[in-house]
Amino acid sequence: MKTIKVLGSGCRNCQTTAQLIAEVAKAKGVDIALEKVESMAEIVGFGVMSTPGVVIDGHVVHAGGVPDRKKIEGWLG
Amino acid sequence: MHPETVTTTDTHALRPWLWGLPLAAALWVAVYWHLSDLADLLVSAAGLSRATHWGEATHFFLYDTPKVLLLLTGIVFLMGVIQTFFAPERTRALLAGRRLGIGNAMAASLGIVTPFCSCSAVPLFIGFLSAGVPLGITFSFLIAAPMINEIALALLLGLFGWKVAALYLGMGLLIAIVAGLIIGRLKMERYLEDWVRAIHQGTAAAPSNTSYTWVERFEAGWHHVREIVGKVWPYVLVGIGLGAAIHGFVPQDFMASFMGRDVWWAVPAAVVLGVPMYTNAAGILPIVEALIGKGAALGTTLAFMMSVIALSAPEMLILRKVLKWPLIATFIGVVATGILLVGYVFNLVL
Repeated sequence: MKTIKVLGSGCRNCQTTAQLIAEVAKAKGVDIALEKVESMAEIVGFGVMSTPGVVIDGHVVHAGGVPDRKKIEGWLG
Repeated sequence: MHPETVTTTDTHALRPWLWGLPLAAALWVAVYWHLSDLADLLVSAAGLSRATHWGEATHFFLYDTPKVLLLLTGIVFLMGVIQTFFAPERTRALLAGRRLGIGNAMAASLGIVTPFCSCSAVPLFIGFLSAGVPLGITFSFLIAAPMINEIALALLLGLFGWKVAALYLGMGLLIAIVAGLIIGRLKMERYLEDWVRAIHQGTAAAPSNTSYTWVERFEAGWHHVREIVGKVWPYVLVGIGLGAAIHGFVPQDFMASFMGRDVWWAVPAAVVLGVPMYTNAAGILPIVEALIGKGAALGTTLAFMMSVIALSAPEMLILRKVLKWPLIATFIGVVATGILLVGYVFNLVL
């Protein structure tokens, strides 16, 4: 099971990102643990400077904007 | 990595862009040069005359709306493409360890082309500081990034012409550079919130997906257009609608009595009025243009606009998470003084 964290201070794009990831995971039948990280200290701790960011199993895979569906499918595949 | 397959799929996907973009550009230019004729045609087709209030207001609306939307689309697309060359991580690497002076000038210029959204002002701020970008240089970036944005430039260009747009760009850079220099000289690092100073950022985790193909750059430009123009067009329509009403119905020189250049308190009043306001340039500029047509001074109006965009109350609240009050007050004070000076200089020169 993959642990996925969405980094962001609660802006609209961050919520969209989390929703989209949940949607794609459901469509592909992939089991994930999705978590939203809103603490600024923790976000900065990942080295991310533009939100929303996406962290999978401890690695930052994306930052700065809503990722597109194809990209998310790539992470979950 | 399979370089060959990457190149072939890339050229395949690139082809529609390579003939589509010049076509779109040609169409753009053709329409842009005939906007006035089009507006004349539509006004007379509607049975109106430009000599009447309604006719003049309608012409204003039909001419300015497509003009501003065209400029907005063009500039936002270009900006979207340019921004793919300047990820925040790259800008930070360019600025780390720079000295005051040249570093401030670089930071202010990079502020124009680096993608920036006020919702990620805090992580960006900390990201810069923890990578060794000095406080004053970070502020030059943070002042220039929101103030000199593509929406403001597109609207200034469309409504006031290239001279005013260039002046706005130059003055905005100057304010960002000088304000950053002053904040740097004051050595205000102790007014950062304690948790910010304690933070040790994990830079190793930063994503390395900073290389783009040209197809991705063009797609980023198009995405930028859909996002920005899609969000901003209602404001442009309402703004130009109000502007058209002022243009057609408010008497000539009406504004000169309280926003003219002879009124010394107009500039400070405009700045003070602008700070708590938070709106985008798109809604406010068409109204501003109409006011200037009725005798408001350009410097006063630009000062108002800069203060609305660069010093907004919501952004101060976001920055309050990382800055203590003395530093926020200094930031507002220095930038507001700069905007005041710009307002007076414009009123004197133009």
